[in-house]
Order: sequence, then C-alpha cells, then structure tokens
Amino acid sequence: MDWVNAVIQGILLGGLYALFAAGLSLIFGVMRLVNIAHGDLIVLAAFLGLTVTTTLGINPLLSIAIVAPFMGLLGYGLQRLVLNRTLGDDILPPLLVTFGLSVIIQNGLLELYSADPQKMSAGAIETASVGLPGGLNIGVLPMLMFATAVVVIGVLQWIFYRSAWGRAFRATSDNQDIAQLMGLNKSHVFGLAMALALVVVAIAGIFLGVRTSFDPSAGPGRLIFGFEAVIIGGLGNLWGTLVGGIILGVCQNIGAQINPGWQLLAGHIAFLVILAIRPRGLFPRIDG
Amino acid sequence: MSATANYTVVRFSTPSRIAAVAAIVILIVLACAPLWAGRADMRLLSELFLYMALASLWNLLAGYAGLVSVGQQAFVGFGGYCLFGLTIFFGLSPLAAVPIAGLAGALVSVPVAVLIFRLRGAYFAIGTWVIAEVFRLTAAQVSSLGGGSGTSLPVAIVKSIADSRAMREATTYWMALGIVLLVLVLVCVLLRSRRGIALTAIRDNELASQSLGIDIWRAKFFVYVITGGLTAAVGALIFLQKLRISPDAAFSVNDWTAFVIFIVVIGGIGTIEGPIIGTIIFFLLRETLADLGALYLMILGLVAIVIMLRAPKGIWGFVRQKTGFDLFALSRRVIATHPDRRGNNTDNKENAHEPQAT
Repeated sequence: MDWVNAVIQGILLGGLYALFAAGLSLIFGVMRLVNIAHGDLIVLAAFLGLTVTTTLGINPLLSIAIVAPFMGLLGYGLQRLVLNRTLGDDILPPLLVTFGLSVIIQNGLLELYSADPQKMSAGAIETASVGLPGGLNIGVLPMLMFATAVVVIGVLQWIFYRSAWGRAFRATSDNQDIAQLMGLNKSHVFGLAMALALVVVAIAGIFLGVRTSFDPSAGPGRLIFGFEAVIIGGLGNLWGTLVGGIILGVCQNIGAQINPGWQLLAGHIAFLVILAIRPRGLFPRIDG
Repeated sequence: MSATANYTVVRFSTPSRIAAVAAIVILIVLACAPLWAGRADMRLLSELFLYMALASLWNLLAGYAGLVSVGQQAFVGFGGYCLFGLTIFFGLSPLAAVPIAGLAGALVSVPVAVLIFRLRGAYFAIGTWVIAEVFRLTAAQVSSLGGGSGTSLPVAIVKSIADSRAMREATTYWMALGIVLLVLVLVCVLLRSRRGIALTAIRDNELASQSLGIDIWRAKFFVYVITGGLTAAVGALIFLQKLRISPDAAFSVNDWTAFVIFIVVIGGIGTIEGPIIGTIIFFLLRETLADLGALYLMILGLVAIVIMLRAPKGIWGFVRQKTGFDLFALSRRVIATHPDRRGNNTDNKENAHEPQAT
C-alpha cells in the first residue's frame, strides 16, 4: 500500500511541477526564450505571498488575487524593458541576462528576507484528507493543487488555440516579421506572453509556499523540475508538461520510497533516461 | 596567383610582440612569488589563477564552440572528489592525483556529451545543470567521503606534498600558476590549429561553416571533452587548496559557474584576453566590495546584464574595436609587401579578418 500511496502522491505532486513548467513552455513556444530566472521568479512570488499574507492576515491561497496581477505586470515590464532587447539569433544574450536576473533576485530576497526557510500556513485545509478504500488517505490540498494545475493548463490551452491573444502568440511564434506586417506589435505580444507566464508563476509560487518551506536559494531547483517536465512532455505541448510533471513526481516519490536520499536523483535519472531514448520528449509539438 | 604575390599573411603585430615579452616577464615575476609574497597574497594569487583557468575554459566552450554550459561545476566538483578519492582510498600522492582527475574528467565527459548534445541552445544549458545536480546528489551518497556533509583531506596526505609548510604552499601555488599557463597555452595552440579555425568559423556562423564541410558535432564534442578534463584538473587543485570538500561546495553553481560567466562576459566573450582581464576586474571588485555581501552579488549581476545589453563583447571587445590590438597572435592579417612598407603594419588593421565575430 505504501507503493500505491507513493504513486498517488507523486501524481498529485506532478500537478505542482506542471505549474512550474507551464510558464516555461509558454514563453519558449511564443518567443523561443528560456528564462533561467524562472525558478527564482516562482520563489519571489512565494515571498510576495508571504508578505501579503502576514500584512493583511488573509489565507495564502487568497493572496493569489494580489500576487498574480502584480507578477503579471512585472512580467510585462521585464519583457518590454529588458528581455525584448536580448532576443535575436544569438542565444547567449537571453541566457546570460536571465542568469544575471536569477542572481539578482536570489540575493535581493536574501537581503530582504534573510536565508531562513519560510512557510505559509493555509489553515485547516492543510491537514484535511479524504479516505479511500484500502486505508489510503489523500490530502485535500494536494488534490486542490492538482485540479488547479489541470484548470490552469486547460485555460492556457484555450487562450493559445481559441482566443485572439492566442492567435497573436501563434502568429508571432510562426513568423515575427509577417506578424508585424499584419499589424501585431511583437514587443507587446511578447510582453503579454511573459505577463501570462508570470501569472502562472504566481500561482505556482503560492502553492509551493503552502506545500513546503522555501528560502531565497530554492529557485534553481524549481527551474530544473519545470525544465525536466517540459522536456519529458515534449517541447511546446502544454498537456505534455502535465504528463511530464506527473512522471517526474511519481519517479521522485518512488525513489524516496526506496531510499530518502534518492528522491531528487530518481527524478533526474528518469529525465536523462527519457532524453536518451526519446530526445524530443514524449509528445513534441515544436523543434528546439 | 599574381594578385597574392604582393601580399603576405602575418600573425604577429607590434602589440602582440610587446605582449609576448611582457607575459614572459610577468610569468617570471609570478613564478618567484614564494620569494616576495606573503602567505595571504599567495593564496589570493592561486585563487585568481584557478578562476582565470576556469574562465578561459568556459570561454572556449561558450565563446568559441557555442556550448553555453551552466553546469561546469559538475567537472569542478568531480575533479575535487577524484582528488579526495584517489588520495584517501588509493594512497596516491596529491600531485599525481591532479592529472589523473583531469583524465577521469575527460573520460566522464564523453557519455555526458553524447547525452546532452541532444539538447540545443538554452535547453542544453539547463541540461548541463541537471547533470551537475546528478553529480552532486551522487557525491552526497558516497558515505565514505562524508556523504552530504563532506570530509577533510587527512593530515598525512597533506604532509606528503612536501615536508615544510612553506614548501607545501609554494608547491600548490606553482601548480595553480602551472595550470593557468597550461590552459592558456593550450587554448592558444588549439585556436591556431585547424580545429581552432573551424571553431572560430562555427562561432561566427554555424550554418556557413557547416556548408563548408566542418563537422560541427565533432568539433563541439572535442572541445567539450577537453574542457571537461581540464576543468576537472582545475577542480582538483581548487580542493587541494581548500583541503576540505562537501557536495554543496564542490558543485556550487554560484562559485564555479555564475562567477565564471560574469568574469567572461565582463572581460569579453569569444576572446582570449577577455577572461584574463575579467578575472583581474572580478578580484579587484571582490576585494573592495566583498563586505557588501549579497548586495555585491546583485551589483555583479547588474553589471553583467548591462554589459550584455550595451557592450556584448565586453571590455576587451570594446578595446579591440577602438584600437585593433590583439595581445595573442591568433588572427591573420593581410599585409601588402611593398619593400618600403614591409613591417609597417599598424595602418593595416582594417585588413585583420579574424576579429569580426557576430
């Protein structure tokens, strides 16, 4: 039963990893940008949630209503003021600039909040669980996170393929110059894509902060989980990132079940195995 | 052929001749440091040499082969752990363990390259990071080397380097100086060779160089393995200086990759001079601003971003653009060979065809 439990918990954890990955996948799909600071932005959102929660005295899950728009605005500004200048044929500038951002965010958080691990408390929902036959108990909070991940990815999918924004994203992704000729301002389109990605980052960050403790140096680890979920699922496929997140979560939990020291290692090894046998991921949509 | 009869191709220019002489003088002065420098100075200089070696290697990887890795800490840590493992378990002398660590690093980089070369561009970068994480988590499982909390180099092994403390410190200092010299010479030789021309072509335009028949995968693979091996040797030396190793210190992305990237970007990526100048600036900044703690790292990150956006070729790129100087005789210049103008090549800098990186 321990093993069944490990797999179920892993699937639910995969939802959180899919949230880490969805933003990465979106901005890569639209502008071929890989944001090294993605994990640090998730941690930044968690710290913002902490500040909002403690100053207003509200439930951290409600703080999303404040943190998400803020992160969206931050994303739009960041993209228009900094990241748009780095886009081009050369991959070095976006990489190095987002790497620099990552260091700035990490150390900024360190100055403001110190290196102490923090955690947000969501109240009674944290310990609530639903009993299943066979003596299994499934937490309400992990289920809520998984359901949110499914909804978020469904909404992103809808935006990308059914809405006017999505049309602009896909057009700019296919051919920037012709999209410009058709009257789209690509700087603005990229800004919107980054804003949308950081709204997802805000949700992911709050959930991270409720689920586990976090500190300013936690970002790179989250980036790697998100990246692995993206690659396992296949580049450019949003539902694929959910599958990737689930595979990663399940492998980590099975690894932890064998030996607590193997939790992260098992996830990385699953990623490398998939990279070796299916280098383009399980359900690729676009080429890297 | 008659058109080429009046021209000759030269590599050395006046600045590069002066630089070569100056380099020899500086080298002699530095080699004598145990005679004139205090212990703290020698430690600082050793650290500077090791960073310079790491930066030159990363520059070869990212600036010439286009392999932007953020996971070179994998090899630094691997080399460090090799040093500890070889000396503690096999009783090897630390001096012998350093080159063996380098060989082991080159060997282990082969399967790593085969795997992560499947990823392109930025995804390659994060893939290298995953590899470094795998190395770190694996090292933390080795309980005989202290597991997650690490271990110290036993006193007996430290004493086997040399009998007196002064001699030990001089030996590790000379090794640090030796490895930066080895790395710089090797990078120069490599870039002047056929492979180097191929690499420079790849740096400037990957598609065009492929259409000229360069096997890009092999050229990149070769560079990756060489830098993997040398980075592991540098890593072994770093932890021979520190005398203590732990997974978090050995595979630290900040210490062995972030700083190194900032050094190369600030100095000038895709040039040999860049990492050298960058390292010196980095140490000057660190010695003056280190008291600021986290703020210092934020400043460093900001400087790197501004340089990347405003002057992507860094300080040396800017100097070279203004003066046409090359301190290392790598580029070929076409010189007209009229008898009266022979050797007078200062006004021919517009003909230098190498420095036009994209």
